[in-house]
Amino acid sequence: MSDARTDSDTSIAEPRRAAGSTLSAFLASPVATALLALCFVLALGLLFSGDGAFHKWATHRDALRQASVYGILACGMTFVIITAGIDLSVGSVLALVAVMFSTLSIHEAWPPWLAVPACLALGGACGAASGLVVAKWRIQPFIVTLAMMVFARGLAKTISGGMKVSTAMQLPDGSWTAAPVPGIFRLIDSRLLGDNVSFVSLVFLACIALSWVILSRLRWGRYLYAIGGNEEAARLSGVPVAAMKIMAYALAGLFAAVAGLCQAAQEQQGDPEAGVGYELTAIAIVVIGGTSLMGGRGGIGLTLLGTLTIGYLDKILSVNAVPEASRLMLTGVIIIAAVLLQRRKN
Amino acid sequence: MSDPARSASRAAPLLQMSGICKRFGSQRVLRDVDFDLRAGEVHVLAGENGAGKSTLMRILGGALAADGGTIEIEGGPVRFRRPRDAAHHRIAIIHQELSLVASMSVADNLLLGREPGRLGWMDRAASAARARRVLERVGLRLDPHGPAGALPISAQQLVEIAKALALDARIIVMDEPTSALSEPEARRLFERIADLRSQGCGIIYITHRLEEIYALADRITVLRDGKLVATRRAADLPAGELVRLMVGRSIGDQAPRRAPAAGDVILNVRRCTVRGAASGRRPVAEGISLSVRRGEILGLVGLEDSGVSKTLWAIFGALGSRADVEMEIDGRRRHVASPRQAIEAGLALVTNDRRKSGLVLGMDVVENATLAALPRFSRRGWLDRRAELERTALSANELNLRCASLRQSVATLSGGNQQKVVLARWMMAGPRILLLDDPTRGVDVGAKHEIYFLMNEWSRQGCGIILTSSEWPELLQVSDRIMVMHRGRVAASFRGGQATPADLLRAAMGHATNE
Repeated sequence: MSDARTDSDTSIAEPRRAAGSTLSAFLASPVATALLALCFVLALGLLFSGDGAFHKWATHRDALRQASVYGILACGMTFVIITAGIDLSVGSVLALVAVMFSTLSIHEAWPPWLAVPACLALGGACGAASGLVVAKWRIQPFIVTLAMMVFARGLAKTISGGMKVSTAMQLPDGSWTAAPVPGIFRLIDSRLLGDNVSFVSLVFLACIALSWVILSRLRWGRYLYAIGGNEEAARLSGVPVAAMKIMAYALAGLFAAVAGLCQAAQEQQGDPEAGVGYELTAIAIVVIGGTSLMGGRGGIGLTLLGTLTIGYLDKILSVNAVPEASRLMLTGVIIIAAVLLQRRKN
Repeated sequence: MSDPARSASRAAPLLQMSGICKRFGSQRVLRDVDFDLRAGEVHVLAGENGAGKSTLMRILGGALAADGGTIEIEGGPVRFRRPRDAAHHRIAIIHQELSLVASMSVADNLLLGREPGRLGWMDRAASAARARRVLERVGLRLDPHGPAGALPISAQQLVEIAKALALDARIIVMDEPTSALSEPEARRLFERIADLRSQGCGIIYITHRLEEIYALADRITVLRDGKLVATRRAADLPAGELVRLMVGRSIGDQAPRRAPAAGDVILNVRRCTVRGAASGRRPVAEGISLSVRRGEILGLVGLEDSGVSKTLWAIFGALGSRADVEMEIDGRRRHVASPRQAIEAGLALVTNDRRKSGLVLGMDVVENATLAALPRFSRRGWLDRRAELERTALSANELNLRCASLRQSVATLSGGNQQKVVLARWMMAGPRILLLDDPTRGVDVGAKHEIYFLMNEWSRQGCGIILTSSEWPELLQVSDRIMVMHRGRVAASFRGGQATPADLLRAAMGHATNE
């Protein structure tokens, strides 16, 4: 009889989960929903394959490559959003780092083992600065990172003199010459495994792996979830709330710096106007994946699925030669549809 | 009983729920439950957490649809599809968690959705007048334009009732309305309930407190595991019998006695002062000095705004620069400036609001239980998830935690089980001094018993405990000493077993009597 079960189970609020099988529990989870959204987009790709382009591996390789920079930004964004914050500055930090990296590598001829850490430190410092203001002075993250967004953009323009930092160099006599593309740029922009995988895609996957370790296997990650879920309870349990928040924003800045390195290498220049609006794409990816903007819920696996969804959507629309105007409108509709799908179970 | 209104109503009950069934998935949470309510009576709905009381009331309120059964109001069958349908039939439900919009004025809260005025223009004078009228009916005299969130919880509770009256409610459901109230505030609430009853309202009252049940109830219905156990007149159902019906087994003293212990002083607090939230407000606590010995339970008592909770928070370092505390632990001075330092010093704080400041509702049982002791479950920052699970399973057994899985979200647990998760967290942190702020609030009889058992265990191990409770008889039973606070100062202290609730109340209300 069912009496025995009732005795051992006192949950009234949501007994479905308690009583349901493992399969139905999985189907109700955000991962299943995010997978569903991705499958839907992939099915669209099979249906409208752009004269068979979708059946070629090169298309997938490029889709992944193009999504990688956004995906890397989204990794950092995931940390911040899990703490119930937001970081609007990642697009500007990307541009700042791209400019810095190009200046150091091309003009100052810094070796990569110096230039790369310097750029990562710059990005991390921008994030940590935002985090410090958010955590210590308790100003809303939206405002703080909006300020950092403007500031970093300005700094990028200051360093670059408002111009793209490229391999084109003016000699003292006024004539122009092209400096060689730095080796590190060529490495980042290369393809591996017989031309089948882009280097930046591997960087993206490494970022996902690192983020997964932090969020799921380290104490820090647990603290981030606790802060996003209930900051007061976390504080009273001895969680170092301020330090953890600073870390989350610093990680967002660090990942923005990684994205900036990739961007600079792919474009072979540092454009101070790069990355405008990228923060919004990164937020869209996190949200489509199913990580809650309210904080405390979600994860990096969801961000991976969100990245693939957005990346493939964009690729499918472009191989089918859908004009950009329609692409933007469609993307907007799909973001809402995906979020509605996620909310169904919550 | 000779009241004509009441005998007339016996013919046509105000509310008749018959054969109500509800299942969630494969679990039957209500089986064929009958419940009726007459005009002018208080009908107490009793049962342990998870017995199905809330589900039955959610069905009455239109928030849930029953799988079977009928609802009749004054003899006419009704069907509720959404809460508005129930409101339309003059049913009001006052939830345990208050639902006032804190930033809006009292008047706006009372008339939310029914603002007087025309074409969208609000008539402020008319709404203030209407608000005053309903507030008077619940005995509240306050400025209807002031923000609702600034009122003490007891006043907010009355505003909620006024809101029900503004709706012309005839059936009023109150779900543990006194859980945040002190004794005299509760008594005032009971007077208002008596008024409502004499005005012909039917009141369904849910509570865990025996004294309240017998102070209020005309009839009592007991639910257990989703089934109707009994509906009887309160006079025909003695307390022991009621508790036995609720738990299905007889239970001894609610708060077990233990041998008094007196070790060395483990905590000594001197001149604890907490400033008001805004400048110009009176200090919340001023110059509080207290000490606790190993194995001792110190009861701390006070009415609302007496500063009892804030004193515990201050000792725990949770109020930051708002508080000045000098304290010694084990005879050595310790500076505790944050909860983190407090935990390192061996302190633990169980707050009186587990949903707001205790649990992280989005996380599972294990993650909540290990949160305060996480450094012990990790090596160089890497979590040992298996150790976490094993240790939590151990605590869950000790505390008799009832849940389907330790990986279940704590949001889905009943109140008593949620509180056990909070206690498990502090068990793992290995504290030596426990600050327990109303730890049995809103938990069922069985869980309460287990919580007191755990406290005894802690005291046997030599921990010092400072305990507050909204249930003074229980506090009197378990405490070795009791200190009473009044408006931020210590008003009196008693030895355990030497005071009565009346003594405590006198001191808490400012009538100085010491020992």
